[in-house]
Amino acid sequence: MTSRAGGWALVAPALLWTLCFFVLPFAVMAAMSLARLEGRELVWGFDLGNYARLGDPAIARAVLVSLEITLTVTVVSVLLAYPLAAILAFRVPERWRRLALMLAILPFWTSYVVRSYSWLLVLSREGIVNRVLMGIGLTDAPLTLANTRFATVTGFVHFFTMLLTLTIYANLVQLPRNYARAAQDLGASRWQTFRHVILPLTLPGIVTGAFLTFVLCIGDYVTPQILGGNRELALPQVIMLQLGRRADFPLASALSVALMGMVTLAYLLSARWLRLDRL
Amino acid sequence: MTRALSWLYLLALYGFILLPVGALVLFSFQDGGLPVPPFQGFSLRWYADILGDRALMRALLHSVLLAFGSSALACALGFLAAWGLARHALPGAALMRAILVMPLAVSTLIVGLGLLIVLTRLGIGLSLWTAGIGHVVINLPLCFAILYASMGDQQRSAERAARDLGAREWQVLLLVAVPMLRPALLAAFFLSVTLSWDEFIIAFLLTRFDVTLPVEIWSLLRSGLSPRLNAVGSLVFLVSALAVVLAEILLLARRRT
Repeated sequence: MTSRAGGWALVAPALLWTLCFFVLPFAVMAAMSLARLEGRELVWGFDLGNYARLGDPAIARAVLVSLEITLTVTVVSVLLAYPLAAILAFRVPERWRRLALMLAILPFWTSYVVRSYSWLLVLSREGIVNRVLMGIGLTDAPLTLANTRFATVTGFVHFFTMLLTLTIYANLVQLPRNYARAAQDLGASRWQTFRHVILPLTLPGIVTGAFLTFVLCIGDYVTPQILGGNRELALPQVIMLQLGRRADFPLASALSVALMGMVTLAYLLSARWLRLDRL
Repeated sequence: MTRALSWLYLLALYGFILLPVGALVLFSFQDGGLPVPPFQGFSLRWYADILGDRALMRALLHSVLLAFGSSALACALGFLAAWGLARHALPGAALMRAILVMPLAVSTLIVGLGLLIVLTRLGIGLSLWTAGIGHVVINLPLCFAILYASMGDQQRSAERAARDLGAREWQVLLLVAVPMLRPALLAAFFLSVTLSWDEFIIAFLLTRFDVTLPVEIWSLLRSGLSPRLNAVGSLVFLVSALAVVLAEILLLARRRT
C-alpha cells in the first residue's frame, strides 16, 4: 500500500503506451513540420516554410471554410439541442425520460462513415428529399443538396445536436427545481427566470458540449469528404490530400499542428466553464 | 399552447435525428436496385448478398479482432493505471492523469498521422497490428477515465481487509479489485469496442491490405447509393447499438447498487 514502486509499476504500462504511441509521434510530427521536402528527399531542419504556406490562397481558404463550418455547426446545434434537452428534462414524464433520451441519441453511436452515407440517402439527387419534393410537385428537377456545404453542415448538426443534448440534459437534471420556483416567487417572469437563473447555471453544459463539438467537427475528414464533396475543401481534407498526391508529410504535419493550435485556442477560451470531468 | 409547441418540437427533432438511420435500415430491405422511395417490398437478398461477399466478411473479421483486441488491452492498461493512481499517492499524479486522458482531446486524424509518420520512418509495414496500436491509444483514455471514476472507498476497505488477511498484491488485484469493479470494467470494454468498431481514419491510415469494415464501406461508397451499402451499414449500426446498450445497462446496474 505504501510502496511507491508498486504504484509506479501499475501506472507504467499505460503511461509508456501513451508516451510511445501518442506523445512521441506528436513530437516527431512537430519536428517533421519544420522539415522540408526537396524533390522526394526529406531535409530536417528548422524551416518555417510549411507554416508560411498557411497563407497560400487554397490553404487559407480551407482554414476559413473549416472555421466557418465549425462555428455554424456549433451555434445551430446548441440552438437545436437546448430546447430538446429542456423538454426531455422538464416535460417528459419521469418514467419515460430514459427511453426518450435513448431514442433522441440512438444514432449517436454510428460510424462517421455510415452516418454520412445515410445522409446521402436523404440528400442525394435521387434521394428521399428530392423524391418527396418531386412527388408532391414542389419541384420539377431534383435540387442539388449533396456535395454542398449545406450537406456537410446538416450531417454535422445531426451528430452534434445529439452530443449537445446529452451534455445539456446532464446539466439540466442536476438543477434543483427550487431555484426556478424561488425566482418566480420573487416575481421573475418565465423569461427572466430562464435568462438569469437557468441559463447561467447550464452554461457549463453548453460550453462543454460546444467545446467537444468544436474539437470533433474541425478535425473530421469523413463528413466533409462524403457529404461536401470536393467543391470546397475543409482543412482535414487538405491534410489528407498532402498524404496522397505528393506524400508531403512536412506540410501535412504543419497543417496538423495548426489544427491542434486552433483546438488549444478553443480550449483556452472555454476553459473557465469546461467540466470535462463530469462527462 | 407552449405544451403543444414543445411536443411538436420534440417530434420534429426526433424526425430529424432518426430520419437518416431509419432510411438506412428500411431501404436495406428494399426489393430493388436503389435504396430510395418508393419502397418496393421486403427482401433479405441484400443481406444474403453481403454475407456471401468475401471481401466484406474478411473486413468484418478484421473489425471484430481489432475492436476486441484493442479494447481488451486498453481496459487492462487502463485498469492497472487507474488502480495505481487511486491507491498510491504518487508524485506527479495530476500530470500523469493529464497525459493519460490527453489523446481524447486530439483529433484522431492527428493521432493516426503521427503514428503513420513514425512507422514509416522506422520502416514498419502497415497491418491490423499497427491499426491496433492506434486504437489502443484512443481507447485507453476512455477506459482509464471510466475506471478511475469508479475506484470507490468501498473497494479500498475490501482490498485492505484482504491484505490484512495475508493476500499477496496480485491476489488482491485478481481476487478482490477486478471482481468488485467488473461492471465498470465491462462497461469500459463495451464502450471502447463501439469506439474502435466505428473508427475510420486511424484504420484507414494505418492498415494496408487487412482493412476494417468502415474502410471497406468507404471504398464501396465510390459506386454511389446501393441497398448493399444499406445492409452493411445497418449491420455496423446494429452491432454498435448493442454494445452501447450493454455498457449502459452495466453502468446503470452499478449506480443502483
